[in-house]
Amino acid sequence: MSVFDLRLSEIHNRLTHKQLSVTELVEQSIKRISDTDEKIGAFLALNEEGARKEAKALDAQMASGGERGLLFGVPAGIKDNIVTEGLRTTCGSKFLKNHDPIYDAAVVTKLRAAQSVTIGKLNMDEFAMGGSNENSAFRAVRNPWDLERVPGGSSGGSAAAVAAGQVYFTLGSDTGGSIRQPAAYCGVVGLKPTYGLVSRFGLVAFASSLDQIGPITKNVEDSAYVLQAIAGHDERDSTSANVEIPDYLSALTGDVKGLRIGVPKEYLGQGIDPQVKERVLEALKVFESMGAVWEEVSLPHTDYAVATYYLLASSEASSNLARFDGVRYGVRAENPTNLLDLYRRSRSEGFGPEVKRRIMLGTYALSSGYYDAYYKKAQQVRTLIKQDFDQVFEKFDLIIGPTAPTPAFKLGEQVGDPLTMYLNDICTIPVSLAGVPAISIPCGTAEGLPVGLQIIGKPFDESTVLRAAHAFESQTGFHDLRPALS
Amino acid sequence: MSITIKDVEHVANLARLELSEAEKEQFAGQLNAILKYAEKLNELDTDGIEPTSHVLPLANVMREDAVKPSWPIEKVLLNAPEEEDGQFKVPAVLE
Repeated sequence: MSVFDLRLSEIHNRLTHKQLSVTELVEQSIKRISDTDEKIGAFLALNEEGARKEAKALDAQMASGGERGLLFGVPAGIKDNIVTEGLRTTCGSKFLKNHDPIYDAAVVTKLRAAQSVTIGKLNMDEFAMGGSNENSAFRAVRNPWDLERVPGGSSGGSAAAVAAGQVYFTLGSDTGGSIRQPAAYCGVVGLKPTYGLVSRFGLVAFASSLDQIGPITKNVEDSAYVLQAIAGHDERDSTSANVEIPDYLSALTGDVKGLRIGVPKEYLGQGIDPQVKERVLEALKVFESMGAVWEEVSLPHTDYAVATYYLLASSEASSNLARFDGVRYGVRAENPTNLLDLYRRSRSEGFGPEVKRRIMLGTYALSSGYYDAYYKKAQQVRTLIKQDFDQVFEKFDLIIGPTAPTPAFKLGEQVGDPLTMYLNDICTIPVSLAGVPAISIPCGTAEGLPVGLQIIGKPFDESTVLRAAHAFESQTGFHDLRPALS
Repeated sequence: MSITIKDVEHVANLARLELSEAEKEQFAGQLNAILKYAEKLNELDTDGIEPTSHVLPLANVMREDAVKPSWPIEKVLLNAPEEEDGQFKVPAVLE
């Protein structure tokens, strides 16, 4: 077993028994990145010097004893739309190619308190808009399972880095599936918490009513560790929920007896790859064998979710991205003739095609005469979609289905056809609109490519989601499969 | 309804984007396809349905109006493309 296969709890064990030092962990991570990242392209910036310094300090702390943080010494990567003081943060955009933030995001402060070591910043679709990572302004990330295929997106770098063993965990962000879908494509565990559980302070906003930060890990136990470290109320985010944070690790009992699972027929219908469907049905048998019960249910408005999402998310994006005007940060067009020219050219030169497309769509949907027909209508349909979930959760503890309708597709296959690309998110978008938590865990392969199982829970019931995911993983071991990448 | 090049130009102006002729053509086609797809929402009767702007049961979040420290100007200007005398510099706004 390679050191990259260790769980966080095993790392802590080895550190405690002096079989491993933080410096060794960090050096191994840096070496692994230098050996593999030319092929994969997961990292946009490395924090080598800083990481080595931190490792040294943590080793010194280790030697002198004292209390250790929850993620002590663990090499981590952070998606590049989460700001890190003094460490380049580009959001995968040319607009911010030279941007060095002056403060840390709330989650970065929390990771610091938990004493993980930030190795670098992870590649992504520009401003988190995309499902393949081909929209990165710098380079497309490749899937460690098959370098000709996409890692998914928008947190493609975050998922690929974990799958390739470059770091032990990463943070991603999920607006319509951006943590779960790449986790599924890369055969790792990706958790989107309930909207409001994790502070968005310092997450560069795409669609504020949907954006949520969450962990990508190799297994469910690690996911619980990282969630424990980053969840919690923050007054700097006015949509941060003031709820008590349970002990997620103690939820991992392995017991799912009597758990009631609803399986939406809409998630296994048209457009779902037959092998993906097969893997999901096999997974349900595993839950059955452990004493859970499942039943087919309906989320009748599923078919309307993608249209609803693209209207709402693009509208919010068009408003959020107005801040990129070439005045306070980011690139500025050369020799502007006046202020308007400065705005227009800075934005047009700095943004890539998908970002412009969504700004255009959102601006149109919010513009005079169309607001009611598009934006308000979509907000009303969002209510119906949320009610679908409320109704199922009256009778069931969890909802289970696939994370994505197919395994990872090939690079270039869907470029130029935004609508087809958008439909990859058909199983994750309704969950985002409802704001409920969901995890994607590996549930086997199709033609050698990982398939993700999506487990969806009630608002703020991450504990049950993690418990079911952990029980499944203990029973099956699909999370131990690794890409052949050497 | 169909988006014309003129509509694209109008929206681009609202969004402060300058598009090439090729981009205008491309966006007109793609926006038409996406909006046509979005028209399926009209199959649903949403009369009397409350819009959801976000899922949390939160209205206004208030705090005491207390004075707090803010960032020092030198730090705030670190990423400014152009600055002068501790301020962001832009081209003349008034002729």
